[in-house]
Amino acid sequence: MATIQLRLLSEEDVRRILEEAYALLEEPGVRVYDPEALEMLEGAGARVDGETRTAHIPAQMVDRALETVPRSFYLYDLQGRPAVHYGGDDVHFDPGSAAIYILDHGSTRSRKPVTADLVALLKLADVLKELDAVSTALVCSDVPREVSDLYRLYLALRISSKPIVTGAFAVETWETMYRLLVAVAGSEEALAARPRAIFDVCPSPPLLWSEITCRNLVDCARHKVPAEFVSMPLAGATGPATLAGSVVQHAAECLSGIVIGQLANPGAPLVWGGSPAAFDMRTGTPPMGAIETMMIDMAYAQVGKYLGLPTHAYMGMSDAKVVDAQVGLESALGTLLAALGGINMVSGAGMLDFESCQSLEKLVIDHEIIAMVRRFLRGIDTSEPSLGLEIIRQVGHRGNFLVTQHTRRHFQKELYLPSPVIDRDFRQAWEDKGGLDASDRAHQRALELISVHQPPALPDEVLTELEEITLQAGRPYGLEHLPVWYG
Amino acid sequence: MSKEELLAAMSESVIEGEIERAEELARRALVEGLDPLEAIEQGYARGIREVGERFARGEYFLPHLAMGAEAMKAAMAVLEPELARRQKERTTLGRVVIGTVAGDIHEIGKTLVATMLSAGGFAVTDLGVDVPTQRFVEAVREEKPQILGLSALLTTTMLVQREVIAALKEAGLRDQVKVMVGGAPVTQAWADEIGADGYAEDAIGAVQRARQLLGLT
Repeated sequence: MATIQLRLLSEEDVRRILEEAYALLEEPGVRVYDPEALEMLEGAGARVDGETRTAHIPAQMVDRALETVPRSFYLYDLQGRPAVHYGGDDVHFDPGSAAIYILDHGSTRSRKPVTADLVALLKLADVLKELDAVSTALVCSDVPREVSDLYRLYLALRISSKPIVTGAFAVETWETMYRLLVAVAGSEEALAARPRAIFDVCPSPPLLWSEITCRNLVDCARHKVPAEFVSMPLAGATGPATLAGSVVQHAAECLSGIVIGQLANPGAPLVWGGSPAAFDMRTGTPPMGAIETMMIDMAYAQVGKYLGLPTHAYMGMSDAKVVDAQVGLESALGTLLAALGGINMVSGAGMLDFESCQSLEKLVIDHEIIAMVRRFLRGIDTSEPSLGLEIIRQVGHRGNFLVTQHTRRHFQKELYLPSPVIDRDFRQAWEDKGGLDASDRAHQRALELISVHQPPALPDEVLTELEEITLQAGRPYGLEHLPVWYG
Repeated sequence: MSKEELLAAMSESVIEGEIERAEELARRALVEGLDPLEAIEQGYARGIREVGERFARGEYFLPHLAMGAEAMKAAMAVLEPELARRQKERTTLGRVVIGTVAGDIHEIGKTLVATMLSAGGFAVTDLGVDVPTQRFVEAVREEKPQILGLSALLTTTMLVQREVIAALKEAGLRDQVKVMVGGAPVTQAWADEIGADGYAEDAIGAVQRARQLLGLT
């Protein structure tokens, strides 16, 4: 069986990309708006211009950071089992993160999500077995904005047992989110030994670390909480129009993040990730379903792999506004390509409308895509001593393989058997079942799965602590009560 | 180069997005004693209108639009001091002050709207990005624009649009200017909620809305 991989760049291409990325870090350098990080960079040998807050990072500093950054690490589930392997060519999936809208089934209009929406989404993501992690996928509009990031993590910890992809919107809230994670893990040491969550940290293109995101990166590194870079050049707008040029910029931003993270704490787990996009030159939008977006993703992941680093990408998303044909084609393309690229964490399931809108129905459809893609990755099994000769001779010209032990033995591992979301009925049967389209079928399935969800059994004292931490952070902003919706 | 040739070259420099050429032609106009107002109206503005039309027809794309605007801006920087010296003012549909609100460094959307407004015949002052709320208030007081445009890309900075409107009220300037809001997370509902006068989903829509607000439809 062949290794199933797709690489868009030659090794020579990758070397040239890295060479240019290294050169960019020297000149024009990286803007770093966090004074402490800037000081660390200067102390380690970067030339710093205090006025423009620019660090010119020499190649040796980058090489040194690349020596200490881990090649591989795991995220663990609530039970302490390694559930996500960041490293090698292992591929995992989680729902696209931090949508500010949700699409109700049957509606063509999106709306602001509320707590009940995130609860439903988390339950669904917890049940869908092809999703290896959940994410803090929605920003709830019914809680104070100042604590909306940590509130999502609070809900995720209560509802799901899976690893969590998350992120902080401010410097202060990171600390609270860390405390929530520690509360569930039992101690800081336990959390560092078995990290449950990873934080997205997003440099601003081109080549800039805002204070918030840089603080988040440093805080993660210091506490050995994994962080993944979400570098997002917009090709032709905030990055070069050429795909290769955008990959160079991406590499420079990620390398600078590795330098900062490793200076804060050598050995801190970091991920070569991103959410770059092509730029639509008619509408000015960042199409996540554009084939060029996926090409940039594949290429940067290849650069990360060349350096031996864990990888992440926002792929498998669509820019459609409703769950329609565009959703299916864009998500399927992105999910398959991400898998062929061997990207360790693929964030995007459920996501519509340029990474802004989540849909439970799309999440269920994407789950089918992921299952099919996983089947594809398993490839064609050629391990049997006789591939076909023996069984074909045995059946002979009678031609009915259905009644052989060979079929009975093999079909379940050879075929992925989809859920009813995928229609494989004869037409009459499809009509008899109501003639539903994929979106309607996905809606039915989402409701069924949500209804069977069981929240994890957390000890009472942990629940109390989670509630107290969340309320303590939220009270100054008017968050007086936490909702009662689980149980 | 005859006057007609010079004006045609000015228009062409904007259509082709040749920033340095636009600037150089403006200098030449001054040397040759061409009326700066004529250079703008018959030269550059004609060019930017053509760029806008080509964009609307789907022949031109955002890079053409953005570079056309840059070319026009470069020429205006040369011509405006002379215009002021002659105490003349360009006849435009109205004056717009625009910027991205405090805490938000996103430029592209705001600049596109500024470009399209400029192409559509408005005189636009672009305050840039991360503009302090008070700076908007001062600009309204001093420049007396008919329209103030507030851009925000982030859900967090979107809230600053409300603060700017409140600051205008406090300064007693709210009724002197129409406030337009825009940006990816902004919706008509948000515009209504914070008491903005106008909202549009994209740069082309922004021009139509601006015209409506000034009763120019």
